[in-house]
Amino acid sequence: MSQTPVAPGPATFGRMEQSFRDKRAAGRKLLVPYITGGLPGWEDALRAAVAAGADAIEIGIPFSDPVMDGPVIQEASQRALDAGATPVSIFDQARALDVDVPLAVMCYYNTVHHAGHHRFAEQLVAAGVCAAIVPDLPLEESGLWCEAADASAIETVMLAAPTAPDDRLPRVCARARGFVYSVGLLGVTGERSALAATATALAMRLKAVTDVPVLVGVGVSNAAQAREAVQVADGVVQGASVVRRLLEGGAEAVGEYIAEVRAAIDS
Amino acid sequence: MTLMAEPSSTGRFGEFGGRFVPETLVPACQELEVAFREAWADPSFRLELHEILRDYAGRPSIITECKNLGRELGIRLVLKREDLNHTGSHKINNVLGQTLLAKRMGKKRIVAETGAGQHGVASATAAALMGLECKVYMGAVDVERQELNVFRMRLLGSEVEAVHSGSRTLKDAVNEAMRDWVATVESTHYCLGSVMGPHPYPWMVREFHRVIGDEAREQCRAAYGADPDVVVACVGGGSNAMGIFSGFVDTDARLVGVEPAGGAAVGRGVPGVVHGMRSYLMQDEYGQVQEAHSISAGLDYPGVGPEHSYLASIGRAEYPAVNDAEVIEAFQLMARTEGIIPALECAHALAWIAREAPAFQGQTVLMNLSGRGDKDVAQMMEILK
Repeated sequence: MSQTPVAPGPATFGRMEQSFRDKRAAGRKLLVPYITGGLPGWEDALRAAVAAGADAIEIGIPFSDPVMDGPVIQEASQRALDAGATPVSIFDQARALDVDVPLAVMCYYNTVHHAGHHRFAEQLVAAGVCAAIVPDLPLEESGLWCEAADASAIETVMLAAPTAPDDRLPRVCARARGFVYSVGLLGVTGERSALAATATALAMRLKAVTDVPVLVGVGVSNAAQAREAVQVADGVVQGASVVRRLLEGGAEAVGEYIAEVRAAIDS
Repeated sequence: MTLMAEPSSTGRFGEFGGRFVPETLVPACQELEVAFREAWADPSFRLELHEILRDYAGRPSIITECKNLGRELGIRLVLKREDLNHTGSHKINNVLGQTLLAKRMGKKRIVAETGAGQHGVASATAAALMGLECKVYMGAVDVERQELNVFRMRLLGSEVEAVHSGSRTLKDAVNEAMRDWVATVESTHYCLGSVMGPHPYPWMVREFHRVIGDEAREQCRAAYGADPDVVVACVGGGSNAMGIFSGFVDTDARLVGVEPAGGAAVGRGVPGVVHGMRSYLMQDEYGQVQEAHSISAGLDYPGVGPEHSYLASIGRAEYPAVNDAEVIEAFQLMARTEGIIPALECAHALAWIAREAPAFQGQTVLMNLSGRGDKDVAQMMEILK
């Protein structure tokens, strides 16, 4: 295989990426829990996750047709929608959170498209959110959103998938702000009994072409798997495993779980 | 720009279309685009498909002039008889094309979504013929109202999974098929059933249905020495309409796609992005996709193929709506006057023709009878009790 060039990044980093780079330089592995916004009790769960050692929080904006999500996050999204959650109500709640870690949103593209790219970016700024993950907006379609996001200093996290050929990864990384979301397996969000071999393989491929922080998400299901993933990656996103605990046990269960994952990746 | 030609390099028809899929699926869509382009330019592929369509599906389908009903309405009403194809609808054209392509690409398995069950049955049929494994996702509501088609698919050797998420109809079946594809993309081809989804599907599926319009144009010219004045088809995702429109888009014929009032994506939607495409979409003030409500499971879809959105935006085709009551009337009207029981989907097209006929007296109206109504008889029996 020929030498793949390291993708050039921007001259300065956004709030989330700078924070992640500083922590990485200090030897800390990054832990980003996903919490479905608008789910009853989500703000308490978010605060509990931060208190237990989360480095940032990914707030899920529920959508009617979440094609990248498995049953647990689908159910959480549906419950949040049934409870009347909207992007605007979640932003209002996020503004009042008063936590000291960077906040990102995970939202499907129609939520952005419908609001309007610039308007949505400004809504994020007003809500105190610094980054966005849009799982159904691949590189080729991301131009309009990225332009608006850049103009509002919103960091757009790009996803990289195990199916990407080698020449695609540097291009994805070049457009990534905040971190690169390394999709751990072929499939949707949800817990699995073992970390897929694709998770570490892709993280290694990404680490070879970028110095943007690389976090593994999708299919990292427990503390042991998180520890395995950070042997290669800079950190992990914890989705379904967190949301299941929020659905079953509330904020306390989320806090306990995040503390357990924190301990595992720090050891 | 030539209408109904190849979309732009980003899969756009004007402002519509595109490829809004998770990163995992981007390489698969690219691979499919390349494979389809090569196959479609390959005379041996075209010949093989032509022979299967002829010897297995029963093409060409005939046209039938409805003399009784035409007299009653004061028009010359001509049907393109896609209901006479093997499996009873136009859907077979697309699935034979896609499964032949899937085999050429070395795929062992297909997944499909289905609403009324017609695309699911066609997919299961083609999979049986081609020796492919097949799994069909169907909304739980549709599984209940189309249980005969569920049995048919199983009989044909396919697995059918009821989808219980969201509105439990066609849009949710698409979501679940896409989730399956995300997990199995290396071995599996997603056999999408309409002119929707990410590039290259809207283009590819339209090309596989182009045979409907190509045949109908020749048949009309042979029978009447002229093109029809009006070409009418029902529109859910819009594949049968795209098929017949493609034969007449460069003629003077008026093109009419009839939507159900409860699923009028073009009529009541605004541009949005779901299922990989930018197109007209029924959604609420925050962009949540709304549920469609129609008497016909095959049209219960809140979106529409992007090329329809484009044809609507430039005014080349029009997209009126009819309500369930008009459809029930039309369903019975065709049965009673012509001895043909139409699919409820196609009864939408006839309902519009019957309502608007006074405006085009004496003209020739070509309607795509895209499916037969056997599957709907049990449901109609309940409704008419």
